[in-house]
Amino acid sequence: MRDRAQIARLPDSRRLHLHDGPIDLIVEAFGAAAEIEIAYRAAAERFVTVLDELCRELPLLRQPARSGGPQAVGVVARRMQAAVGPYCEQTFITPMAAVAGAVAEEILGSMTSAANLSRAYVNNGGDIALHLTPEESFVVGMVERPDRPSLFGTVELHSTQPVRGIATSGWRGRSFSLGIADAVTVLADRAATADAAATIIANALDLPGHSAVTRVPACDLAPDNDLGDHLVTQDVGELSPDEIAAALDAGVAVTELLLCKGLIRAAALHLRPDTRVVGVSVASEQLVADLEKSGRSLVHA
Amino acid sequence: MADDPIRCDACPVLCYIKPGRTGACDRYANHKGQLIRIDPHVVLDRALSRGDSVVPFLDPNRDWDGNIVSGPDMFVTAIGAGTTYPDYKPAPFIISSVVQGVDMVTVVTEGIFSYCGAKVKIDTDRYLGPETNLVRAQGEPVGHVTTSEYGSQMLSLGGVRHLTGGSRKEGTLTCETLLNLCDRKPVELTIDEGATVIVQAGKAPVVDGAREERMRVGCGSATIGMFAKQWHGKVDEVVVVDDHITGVLSEHQAGKLLGIPETGIEMKGRRSTPGRYFRVAEPGTAWGGTNIDDPLSILKEFDPKIAWPKLRLLMVSTTGEHYAYFELDEALRPVEKELPTALTESVARIKENCEPALSTVLFMGGAGGSLRAGVTENPVRLTHSVRDALTRVTCGGAPVYVWPGGGITFMVDVTRMPERAFGYVPTPALVAPIEFTLKLNDYAALGGYMDHVRPLDSILHGEGRRHLSANPENPWPLGRNQRPRSNE
Repeated sequence: MRDRAQIARLPDSRRLHLHDGPIDLIVEAFGAAAEIEIAYRAAAERFVTVLDELCRELPLLRQPARSGGPQAVGVVARRMQAAVGPYCEQTFITPMAAVAGAVAEEILGSMTSAANLSRAYVNNGGDIALHLTPEESFVVGMVERPDRPSLFGTVELHSTQPVRGIATSGWRGRSFSLGIADAVTVLADRAATADAAATIIANALDLPGHSAVTRVPACDLAPDNDLGDHLVTQDVGELSPDEIAAALDAGVAVTELLLCKGLIRAAALHLRPDTRVVGVSVASEQLVADLEKSGRSLVHA
Repeated sequence: MADDPIRCDACPVLCYIKPGRTGACDRYANHKGQLIRIDPHVVLDRALSRGDSVVPFLDPNRDWDGNIVSGPDMFVTAIGAGTTYPDYKPAPFIISSVVQGVDMVTVVTEGIFSYCGAKVKIDTDRYLGPETNLVRAQGEPVGHVTTSEYGSQMLSLGGVRHLTGGSRKEGTLTCETLLNLCDRKPVELTIDEGATVIVQAGKAPVVDGAREERMRVGCGSATIGMFAKQWHGKVDEVVVVDDHITGVLSEHQAGKLLGIPETGIEMKGRRSTPGRYFRVAEPGTAWGGTNIDDPLSILKEFDPKIAWPKLRLLMVSTTGEHYAYFELDEALRPVEKELPTALTESVARIKENCEPALSTVLFMGGAGGSLRAGVTENPVRLTHSVRDALTRVTCGGAPVYVWPGGGITFMVDVTRMPERAFGYVPTPALVAPIEFTLKLNDYAALGGYMDHVRPLDSILHGEGRRHLSANPENPWPLGRNQRPRSNE
């Protein structure tokens, strides 16, 4: 709704801030000043109806995804369904797992189809859609815990690489998680795909039944949440190095599967002092160097 | 029922929120059955204000500027911290961080200030009203006119007598007025037997409907002194009209030095020293802060023994906003003529030298014993530590001036603070943030609550924080390159 959404340039006057209900986007376009202006206008124009469109189909989007189930109507909703489609046969997932990435993609698309931009990004609370023209690149800083932003490394994404989506998931973040990962960051070709995959991997990085992990049915916390009575992680106590390794192993196993299927390009999995990087050729040697410099114990998976 | 979830209708998601939880947006919450908007805890981020062209990651409010961001670039303000008053418990947040290898502590609290107010400086020569007269908001007294300062009129608003000493309505309107002024909103104030003025921190004042553009460069006499040389040879006489001291070029010391001859001009008002006149008219909102619209009304007839036909006379106000040019006719009566080009420049110069007129608002409050008790078990030691410049006081991260003498009474420019930094309680009293920053070992020495000190990281964890970029014009509160000082 036009009256509800907040649309403003940030104090740096370069970036655009779009806010509506739970959607909060930071947008930046690069190119000629006039093109940026056109892009931002297009982004704002598209943005004002996104939340209403999604809410119209919210009951469907909160249901577990299943192949052959009802098709959503909205373009963003359909993108969410498509992103979680590859997983719905094997595991519980709802299209909401890809909502942030799908919205980011939509706003990015509105800008790149309206204006000629060299680069652009739409950051939806850490789920990021990227646009890169030839010869362009982005440097992405990475944090290990979303609630405690402190950069531990960087990844350079170049236009020759296929990655145009980044997403992070973990129990400390804003959404509920079934696993115990501090953060799982995924690089994929698209933001919605990355978003769904990060959710899947973070859920898999787990120690089922461990007594140090506090879990609560999601509906006890938020009655209308899409996770229903699934147990979501609320706290993680002391873990031994072996337990941390076992949890990471479980996450890495799923990550490798997704990598083989071509669903993602790379992922970094964080739990306590350890980080595992999968698909390191994409994640760049810089990240590995940063990690080693920072003294984090790094395991190449 | 307080235990039931409530439906939030702030947006179409229509979250069903359980007590003590927030909705999907993290902005609205169920507080004991009431839907409330969470005012998040403000965290100043030094990196953000420097931030440039690197991709933001994870936290949409946080950018990366190419450096590894660590503790000292974050400063936790007291905005939204809450207060433990009147429980005499340790302050809500006692945060430690490391600055240049030294452990620093910032004690963060929101103070409830019954003893507080706003000092308002209004850059205008226009007469706002008699000194000590009441200033009213929506008819209720909220303060008074105090002694004027150079080129400015001063109001003293709020204070305990208006907040809690008068009627309920007086207290409420005083609180509302202070809150709006401190939040940089425009406020209309009416002065008994005086003007109605719209005041907004950092903006030009509007006096009786007229927006004040310029602040005078000096009094009428000073203006003569500054511009005499530029007028020499281009005009025979200049009168600078000013409610305070009106200056006359030919009689003024500056004119004498240039050898400007007498013109036979006769002024109304009371002559102070040669070329300087008090009270040429009544105070007002017209020419030079007087009540005159016709400048000739302050002149008597020219002395026929001295004046001559075609004598050239410039009359101008102290801000250059009003001016008129005259030449004497055969009967030695001034006749208005178009301003000669040679003089346009000097009038423009006066105007140029007058700075933009602003209203400025300083919040002033005193940290009482119970607030200080939230910092240390021995409140007076905090006062001493501030005095000894071991503890730096900030207000929402902005520098403050701590008044000498007893207690911790401070003033802060509200435009240097983050927006929405103030709140109120129904007492009525204002709630303002206050932070005390000092070295960890100094904190221990003054009887600080050492077991309540927690690392910066722990506060950044969790919900309800508002990330703001630091105001680049403020010194960084953790002052990494200097000893903490109480005053800036």
